[in-house]
Amino acid sequence: MLVNNGLVYLIALPLFGAALLLLAGRRADRWGHLLATALSGMSFILGAVAFYEMLGRSPEKRAVSQKLFSWISVGSFNIDAGLLVDQLSICFVLLITGVGTLIHIYSIAYMDQDKDRRRFFAYLNLFIAAMLLLVMGDSYLNLYVGWEGVGLASYLLIGFWNHKPAYATASKKAFIANRVGDMGLSFAIMITFATMGTVSFSGVKEAAEGTSQGALTAIGIMLLLAATGKSAQFPLQAWLGDAMAGPTPVSALIHAATMVTAGVYLITRSNFIFDAAPTAQLLVVIVGAITLLFGAIIGTAKDDIKKALAASTMSQIGYMVLATGLGPVGYAFAIMHLLTHGFFKAGMFLGAGSVMHGTGDEVNMRKFGGIRHFMPVTFITFGLGYLAILGVPPFAGFYSKDKIIETAFYAGGTKGILIGSVALFGAALTAFYMSRLMILTFAGTPRYDINHPPHESSFLMLLPMGILAIGSVASGFLLARGEALVHWLEPLFAPHEGHGTEILPPVVISLMALTVVIIGAALAWFKYGRGTVADTAPTDVSIFTRIARRDLLQDDFNESVFMRPGQALTRLLVKTDDVVIDGTVRGVAAAALASGGSLRSTQTGFVRSYAALIVIGAVVLIAAIWAVTL
Amino acid sequence: MNYLTLIMAIPLVGAALIATLPQAKSLLAKQFALGTTLVAAVATILMTVKFERGNTDLQFVESYDWIKAFGIKYAVGVDGIALVLILMTALLTPIVVLAGWNESDNGRWSTKSFYILILVLQTMSFGVFAATDVFLFYVFFEAMLVPVYFLIGGYGSGERTAAAVKFLLYSLFGGLLMLASIIALYVLSGEQGGHTFNIAALSKLEMSSTTQNFLFLGFFIAFAIKAPLFPFHTWLPDAAKSATPGTSVLLLGVLDKVGTFGMIRYCLALFPEATKTFTPLIITLSVISIVYGAFLAIGAKDIKRLIAYTSISHFGFITLGIFAMTTQGHSGATLYMFNHGFSTAALFLVAGWMISRRGSSTIADFGGLQRVTPVMAWSFFIAGMSSLALPGLSSFVSEFLVLVGTFTRYPVAAVIATFGIVLAALYILIPVQRALHGPTTPGNENLADLNLREKIAIAPVIAVIVFLGFYPAPALNIINPAAAHVLSQIGFSDPAPTHGGK
Repeated sequence: MLVNNGLVYLIALPLFGAALLLLAGRRADRWGHLLATALSGMSFILGAVAFYEMLGRSPEKRAVSQKLFSWISVGSFNIDAGLLVDQLSICFVLLITGVGTLIHIYSIAYMDQDKDRRRFFAYLNLFIAAMLLLVMGDSYLNLYVGWEGVGLASYLLIGFWNHKPAYATASKKAFIANRVGDMGLSFAIMITFATMGTVSFSGVKEAAEGTSQGALTAIGIMLLLAATGKSAQFPLQAWLGDAMAGPTPVSALIHAATMVTAGVYLITRSNFIFDAAPTAQLLVVIVGAITLLFGAIIGTAKDDIKKALAASTMSQIGYMVLATGLGPVGYAFAIMHLLTHGFFKAGMFLGAGSVMHGTGDEVNMRKFGGIRHFMPVTFITFGLGYLAILGVPPFAGFYSKDKIIETAFYAGGTKGILIGSVALFGAALTAFYMSRLMILTFAGTPRYDINHPPHESSFLMLLPMGILAIGSVASGFLLARGEALVHWLEPLFAPHEGHGTEILPPVVISLMALTVVIIGAALAWFKYGRGTVADTAPTDVSIFTRIARRDLLQDDFNESVFMRPGQALTRLLVKTDDVVIDGTVRGVAAAALASGGSLRSTQTGFVRSYAALIVIGAVVLIAAIWAVTL
Repeated sequence: MNYLTLIMAIPLVGAALIATLPQAKSLLAKQFALGTTLVAAVATILMTVKFERGNTDLQFVESYDWIKAFGIKYAVGVDGIALVLILMTALLTPIVVLAGWNESDNGRWSTKSFYILILVLQTMSFGVFAATDVFLFYVFFEAMLVPVYFLIGGYGSGERTAAAVKFLLYSLFGGLLMLASIIALYVLSGEQGGHTFNIAALSKLEMSSTTQNFLFLGFFIAFAIKAPLFPFHTWLPDAAKSATPGTSVLLLGVLDKVGTFGMIRYCLALFPEATKTFTPLIITLSVISIVYGAFLAIGAKDIKRLIAYTSISHFGFITLGIFAMTTQGHSGATLYMFNHGFSTAALFLVAGWMISRRGSSTIADFGGLQRVTPVMAWSFFIAGMSSLALPGLSSFVSEFLVLVGTFTRYPVAAVIATFGIVLAALYILIPVQRALHGPTTPGNENLADLNLREKIAIAPVIAVIVFLGFYPAPALNIINPAAAHVLSQIGFSDPAPTHGGK
């Protein structure tokens, strides 16, 4: 059976592809992209086979693991290179390899004109391998390797066109923000080992019961810090908007569908920690709630189509993180939203890429308008994603987002009402900014040179968009039917009764959500859908709009609180090292030389006199030591 | 077979042969040097294969009277810690020779002399790790300064003379303190049953705690200068900037390890009580080194100084691991020494190629190299990733072991040290962006990419970095028993998990 000894090939195939494409260099230019796509596709097939085999077993026997070799072993710190595929990881495996392969296919056409297309595919394959390791590792340290591996792939892909200085800076910013998060993961692993003596998932799950609340809370908060870095959650969210510097397929795969959801995976995987650490869990909810509003507000102010979608991603992941903070009742819904979001957001990003491709790499929505006439397929597939993210029944987002809002309301007491309202308000904002995006891009009158109208993209690009659009329509229903995903994931989480305190019947909450969505969409229509849209952003806007356009001052904050003081500290230390520390040494040396002879004596003589000094000094010191010990 | 004497003799024989060559035959001198170092590498690999990994006794032991009147012996032997450092030296030297093929061309003296110095230095490096007689160790420790002094002062660039003198003064000062301690040990041994310089015998001496403390400091300051540790570090950036890239590799990759190796072999083994007394201070200095070195690296404008500062940060990790007194910390520190050799070699060698092509070592003079010289840029990038301890590369394993091993005993120190991983991302990615990314700036358009010789030199370094990242077991299997043995000798055991667990 594949699951017993073949899991490693899921990772090995794309890793091999990445290495081969990079080492072969230009020789692989003609076939590199095809090989990379094929390898990603083979990983998907292997994943599908593993999934099929899992289906054939009873729930408690579905998880399988494979020990490859002993990786690091010192004293009681024993880390195997081991893989674990259970009900949770297989969801990610299918998402990563499935969406990943579609995006490989799309990129063949999208990157057609780029002379470095082979290198691009090498990075994509590297990403697939690292991301699979992240979700298939059987311990926190294995996960860490994938975790930083996807960070590397993300860095390389954001900076794919790093000859543009701004893009190079964006890639560096992403890496550093991620490293701050990674530090959290390091801390979590250290605390786990120091308290429990193990860092494997199974070991930690077992040991968590006997571990103190304080340690569990510390671990939980550190894992949350890691999650905020990778998943662009508050307060480490600032890198995601800039990450849109990467080619659009990258934005779809890494910065929408997969890598940025790794934080959600980490928290869900660590459910046994968070369930036992209510303080950490509450922080998860708060981070999710803040971020879902934060992203949505930024989304309303962006004219760059990719940055608007990035803000949306941040916000949608906020929903997922919020759900994971609700405990056993929320994990499955977080994963459900993660999967449906993977379809509709990746689809919309590919749609945005298609629009850019058709308009000569324009990203400013104020230069679009009426594009539906020229790019009907892009319009329809994007539109289905739009309906899905809004949560219009029966599209995918309806099933997943509605459940999160509902569960938030049912969290109990003031907390439930508060976070339920935040989630509801976020849905209204989502409807507003997504409708704005749709209207500015596809509706209205053209705001570009009509002599060079946009053109529809090629079949290779439209095919993945179509498949993802089908996912945007059907995935929610399929996952929610008979609570399929909830039951599938059930064995992993602590058992729970019911859905919390039903302060309102579910149908009422659904209707409320639908109402606010309609209001949000209607507002966008009134503001942008009726008259003409200015092709440059109006400048006579309120302070709120200006703050939102500046990403709620996230960069201003980071620059004034971390970057500039850090630079000042660096300058100060450089100066200190030269003047104080080296200055002292130079002073002492000069004094010694002045007493020992001329500074200008020849070098050989200089060395010789020092040899003499050694002897004299040694005698003095020995005398001193004897004096002390006598 | 007397492997240790053999590998120490091979470079000396090579040096003697080169000395007989006519002055004009500089290419032949290079080929001889490469051949000699390759033979030494093969011999060392053979020795490593023969090494019994589970055995914690010193192996390949040889002992002959040298100066009988004073009880001084030519005594050598290795445990796993010394072995991996000797192996590292043996592997890096031929790479340095090959990589720096033309380094001696602008020297004050001949090419012949350059390679004689390199080979003599290799012999002494082997000796300093292999010595089991304190006097012999001291002789190698001090004698090593001479070839390095001439390598920097004679073949370096810029203010090479000043840098060489600064290096020498610092080292001599440390050596002086250590000599005082050694003589005191010798006197004490005479009072307690016979003069000796044998490490094992000296470790059994009875000493008052004041004496221990003084003698400990004599050794420790010498090693802290060599390593170097804050605040004894300011010679390193100057030396690294002025030395040839190959010399810098030997200096930072090999020689500086004598400092951290000495801490394990001498400070810990001879003065266990004083070690405990000074541990809080040394842990503090280590943590300062990690953060301070990283900040200075971030602020560095010169690429060679930058690499030197990263090393100060890395040596902070190594001393932290040593003085955390856990098996993870100790094995991690020794593995760190090994890995740092390769990672620094990669950085310095590639930086050296960049500098010799561009004619400048100022980072701002580079720009957009990725599009002009992709192989060179990739090599630098991978070396940089290794320096920032990216998982999957060898330095991650050692750095994480040090951190986790420190955390179980000194959580605060480990937490502060972990901030180093963010700073590391900065000090690597800033030069990467400036030198490799962005538009290709004037003066860089026509730089040549790595030639075949340079590719052959860098490939094994990267191969080691990647291989040990995925599979560190071959190195850890040698190191672990020795590291555990050192700890048990001085009476430390790992803290147990605080909350039950498995």
